Amino acid sequence: MHRLTFDGLQARPGQVWGGVRLVPLVRDEPILSLRLHPSGFPDDDPLGGYEPRCCYAPHGLTAEWTDDGTAVPALGTALRMPATTVHKSRRPKTRLERRTRVRFVPHQTALEAFLPLTFQGPTIAWREWSTRVYRRGLPRSEDPRHIGYDVEGLADALRVFEIHPGQCGVLVYIADALASAVVTPHPDDYRALHPTLVEDGFGELIWRYAHLYGEVPDFRPHFDESAIDTIADLRTAIDAAQGEWADFHENAMASGLLDAEYVFTGDYQMNQYTLRRFRPHFVPGREAHVGEAITDDDGRLAYLRTFRLSETQSRRGRLLRTLSDCDWNVEASAESMGIAAPVLVARIDAAGYGSLFRQDVLDHFRAMNARFAG
Amino acid sequence: MELVADRTAAEDVLLFVNAAIASTGQREFHSDADAQQWSMEFLHEYMLVNYRDLYAATLTLGVNDRNAAAIIMRLLQSGRDASPEQRAVEGRLIAKALTELPTHRVYHLFTALRKARVNNRRTRAIMREWLAARPDPAFEAVKYRSAFLGAIRHAHMKVEDLPSEELEAFLFGWHAAGRFDTPQFETWRRAHFDRRAVFELPYTVAEGFAAKHRITRAEFLEKIAPQLTRGERLRLQRSAARFGAIGIAADVAGLSRMPLTRLAAYVLALPVEEREQRRLELTDALRAAARRVAGLRAGTWGRVAAVLDDSYSASGSSEKRRRPLVVALAAHFLLRELASAYHPLWLSGDADPIMARARGVTALGERILDGLEERPDLLVVVSDGWDNAPVGMAAEVLRVWEERLDSERKTAVAHLNPVFDAAGLQVRRLSPTTPTVGIRDAEDLPELVEFARFATGRTGIAELRAHIDSRVERWLTEETPCTA
Repeated sequence: MHRLTFDGLQARPGQVWGGVRLVPLVRDEPILSLRLHPSGFPDDDPLGGYEPRCCYAPHGLTAEWTDDGTAVPALGTALRMPATTVHKSRRPKTRLERRTRVRFVPHQTALEAFLPLTFQGPTIAWREWSTRVYRRGLPRSEDPRHIGYDVEGLADALRVFEIHPGQCGVLVYIADALASAVVTPHPDDYRALHPTLVEDGFGELIWRYAHLYGEVPDFRPHFDESAIDTIADLRTAIDAAQGEWADFHENAMASGLLDAEYVFTGDYQMNQYTLRRFRPHFVPGREAHVGEAITDDDGRLAYLRTFRLSETQSRRGRLLRTLSDCDWNVEASAESMGIAAPVLVARIDAAGYGSLFRQDVLDHFRAMNARFAG
Repeated sequence: MELVADRTAAEDVLLFVNAAIASTGQREFHSDADAQQWSMEFLHEYMLVNYRDLYAATLTLGVNDRNAAAIIMRLLQSGRDASPEQRAVEGRLIAKALTELPTHRVYHLFTALRKARVNNRRTRAIMREWLAARPDPAFEAVKYRSAFLGAIRHAHMKVEDLPSEELEAFLFGWHAAGRFDTPQFETWRRAHFDRRAVFELPYTVAEGFAAKHRITRAEFLEKIAPQLTRGERLRLQRSAARFGAIGIAADVAGLSRMPLTRLAAYVLALPVEEREQRRLELTDALRAAARRVAGLRAGTWGRVAAVLDDSYSASGSSEKRRRPLVVALAAHFLLRELASAYHPLWLSGDADPIMARARGVTALGERILDGLEERPDLLVVVSDGWDNAPVGMAAEVLRVWEERLDSERKTAVAHLNPVFDAAGLQVRRLSPTTPTVGIRDAEDLPELVEFARFATGRTGIAELRAHIDSRVERWLTEETPCTA
């Protein structure tokens, strides 16, 4: 699996409010054996979840599932099982035999946490890297983060959005740039999640677009009236317009998300469902989406949540990927990128990872750069 | 060139009339109260400056109470700009409109005039005339005490001219007056120190005294029940039940006397289970109300299809809860009585109007086609016009229908829009050729559908003016002769 597909999901006409376009995705038949509920973290468990800092994040999402494929009760009345499991959690193992529940990285922390999490720190103790890296891992970069309320027009657009019958997902476009995608297994899940979308985090790029671009155009259907003689013809034309939009959306508007190849990591399997995290290949000039997806054995998408990285973030991702590909060897990494080592160090420094180097090494490279520039 | 100017004028007038019928200056689903008020104010000002006589005449076209009061206010404010003939007609129109407005609206208007320091001779005369013609000034003096007092002062009125004894003592010196002979005044005086007298006052007045005497809400509601008006009774039912005041909650016989749109609003405010339980009773009441509105017109409209909007945007706002859905429901019952064969089409595909709720998308295009398929005599669309699945599908369907499938225009299409779109400064249209009119209460539906023929954008100002003039003529001949 290298790509995302929207098999079983159909795009319906988008609803525009100012610069925001929300494109609903409708599922042919809802998935009943996997349901979501936004229970957050249990009160008696302040350090649960992925990391302690996730506790205050409002988006702790939990997935539950059943063995026999019967429906889990709808949100709010969901069974609350005591078993909790997180990949590589430091908590003691649960005593229940079957683990039927998993937590997700909350949206708030995702943008900054995703990159360092997927790239582990150096595995070979090269002399350039400071000892702190080996002890603590990669530092979190403190990007300015924008929640949905800050993105101009998004709160209103979500408020006036009319949910389709059977809708299981939405794609959020700001100024016709894909900002995020959400897919849920069941329409009721989506209905429950819809109001929380405004609390999602968005990158600086999306925030800026929302300010810069006021209006996006509607896609209005146009019929060729000379070809229509009966009511049946008119109905056919309506259906054709529907199909035309769905094709256009998949091939043009969502292509940045669907056409790109991804690296899937962190498989976490339970029953027929697999949770994966994915990151892009960081091709310069292309949209970069990271996120999480749950698919079933047939590869059908049950759950999806993506975040669009801004240019700065994808540059940083590119650096980390190159470093990890070359086992954190600075010389080899610089060579694979076709640049000199001091330039690479300067880039790493500019990306906010300067503290990874030993101070004297960093100073040395800085001096070299200054001399070269001078 | 003249033609263009002509059309523009007709369009302007229609646009204003539609807006003044639909907008109440309250928050709507898509726009907030400020935007609504700002847009309406602009339209009022524009009409007043450009088409003053037509602006006054719109009082006869069923604009809603808030806008009627706003029109009167502006006319009185700017009397200087009007010619003597205009002023004569305006005066009669205003006097007539005031008698039709609800009492509290008029006192509100008088207070506004006072605050805006509008005190010309015409204003004073109109206020005096209206006040002098009130049937029970003693009651109004108690119920609207401060507004009444303000109006008397503002109109430079002699209290003795009003047909009520002791009014002067009640308004200007009740502390020194001692006991009153008029029972309403005496009750009001006693209510200041006697708990029992509080429950003999009108509800709104008694509420203040109840707070003063620290009467609990449950006791208050229980004992004030006989004094409640029908509207107050209906409004308080739910909260009374919560407080355990059974006297109000038990009254259901009043339903059959309710006006249609009010009743529809009441039905839709009930929880789903209660609607299910009382289905028969509610349906009967709605049908009876619709029959009363239809009157002699019942069954005369031929085959009618209706596309009724129950999408999420029909849920209105916190200030106008479910208003578009309420209008759609009331229109459904009314059209059922008016038509000889009726085919309702709810957007969600539901067939049970009593259980209607605002949910889902506005896919008008396909529904309109469903309605047109049987080629009815009239297709009525009750919707806020936010066609969004996809945008513009309804317009395209209607265009192709008119051009290719119904070139003889056998089917009339009318779009009734209960929502004023503040950003677009008009009620949203479905398509350029389909007539769109604003609607506030479903009771006006028959007149509005008739009026819709002007709203296609093809009529000139002359035709429209003729219609409005005849309206004014008819309206003023019903005029009740003034006493003063």
